[in-house]
Amino acid sequence: MPRREVLPGYRLSLGYATAYLGLVVLIPLAACFLRAAGLTRAQFLAAVWTDRAVAAYALTFGASLLAALTNAVFGLVLAWALGRYEFPGKRLLDSLVDVPLALPTAVAGLTFSNLYVETGWLGRLLVPLGIYGAYSRLAVVLVLAFTGLPFVVRTIQPVLESADPAVEEAAACLGATRGQTFWRVTLPYLRPAWITGFALAFARALGEYGSVVFVSGNLPYRTEIAPVLIVARLEEFAYAEATAIGSVLLVFSFAALLAINLLERWTGRRYA
Amino acid sequence: MRDPTGPARRDPALVRWGLIAVGVGYLSLFVVVPLANVVVQAFAGGLPGYWRVLARDPDTRHAVRLTLAVAAAAVAANLSFGLAAAWAIARFRFPGRAILIALIDLPFSVSPVIAGLVYVLLFGLQGYGGPWLRAHGITIVFALPGLILATIFVTFPFIARELIPVMEATGADEEIAAITLGASGWQTFRRVTLPNVKWGLLYGVILCNARAMGEFGAAYVVSGHIAGKTDTLPLRAEKLLQEYDVPGAFAVASVLASMAVLTLVAKALVEWRARRVGQRP
Repeated sequence: MPRREVLPGYRLSLGYATAYLGLVVLIPLAACFLRAAGLTRAQFLAAVWTDRAVAAYALTFGASLLAALTNAVFGLVLAWALGRYEFPGKRLLDSLVDVPLALPTAVAGLTFSNLYVETGWLGRLLVPLGIYGAYSRLAVVLVLAFTGLPFVVRTIQPVLESADPAVEEAAACLGATRGQTFWRVTLPYLRPAWITGFALAFARALGEYGSVVFVSGNLPYRTEIAPVLIVARLEEFAYAEATAIGSVLLVFSFAALLAINLLERWTGRRYA
Repeated sequence: MRDPTGPARRDPALVRWGLIAVGVGYLSLFVVVPLANVVVQAFAGGLPGYWRVLARDPDTRHAVRLTLAVAAAAVAANLSFGLAAAWAIARFRFPGRAILIALIDLPFSVSPVIAGLVYVLLFGLQGYGGPWLRAHGITIVFALPGLILATIFVTFPFIARELIPVMEATGADEEIAAITLGASGWQTFRRVTLPNVKWGLLYGVILCNARAMGEFGAAYVVSGHIAGKTDTLPLRAEKLLQEYDVPGAFAVASVLASMAVLTLVAKALVEWRARRVGQRP
């Protein structure tokens, strides 16, 4: 029950907020499931379990996982450098971490594809070595690593900065080497934030569309991710199939969201 | 000021500089080089060429206006939600409060493509409301209302999730005092609450606006991608690329990239101001 407050506006604000949430988010999402539920079992399976769809899920998952793992490693290094060391240009480096959150995904896709093609700045060096960073599966991983870059850094950094120095000092006093202190004391302390950051980057990558569509080449069975497949079905006016695949993707997203919420409860802090 | 280099916590110089080098290298490869590439490609035809592709093309000009209009509408709508939700959540305790907080984050985990799809299912010709809307001469999908709705969906959490912690942290004491002294609810909100949360509010608006202007996937699905009619700037960039107008695509992209840089500068300024007056964030 609400505390009987002197403050007014309880009914108005809560009523407006729930109505808005319902109309803008919940009812539209329910429409997706309702439409998918209208299909028979055979129709649903025929839409979501084709070779093409399975290849798309596999790429979406595999590339998201690889990109999130890359960010888990380099994000930890970056957070450590930003949180522990003083060096010239640190402020600039720190603000560059936020660029993937602010840069429209289409711009990221455009410039990544341009960089890694044969004539691009990086493609010129890599293509002769047989590394194709554009219109390939590697391209999907690269651009997803870009979009997920801030999450690991920004979840670890505040934990690292607020960590009590006395803990590591105690380890040192007790005769631990710097390496032992890191592996036995600091890393276990960072682990919950680290995993949360990884999960956020992974969840973000699962639904990503704008950047991938520019770099992957969108070849069915090869470089097509699930959101691209949904759009392809929509463009064929195959609404039922698009909805079925969409509801599968939604279930995955909800599972990821649930996992992140549990992780955040575990770590006891929320990512701002 | 914490001392990051107390002797027990000081890493060997080799480790220190090695880690900094790896971090700088990773950010250069994934952020600096791609951003620099946008600028260089956009100006590949020189300044006059850049200006020509941006200003002479009526479809691009239309895209600029449309992007501004869609972002303004989406920010205004989500601002109204953010204020209402923050007031209800930060000032009252009620059953289902935790669920409401969790649901606010929901759109973050939904693919933008699905955000577009759900509105097509609701309001498209083959959708649930399609026949009725058609009979009444209302178009939502492949038109401005659909673009605005899809943009509202993807930017839904930004303002609310910035405002709620700020309002929680401010506490209700000053508002209760104002009400007790005879101020009306509206006066209290305008004179006490808003000044107290203004930096958090601005922070949310900046993030919401950046995402609204840059949204691609949801806009792509609901807009129908009609040049000069429903193409926003990110969609315009894609269309120019499809037409093999690479300098044009990068010129549009450079406008969006400078908007992103402006967003980060504004964000840093707000963070700095908010810290000075002791407000989160």
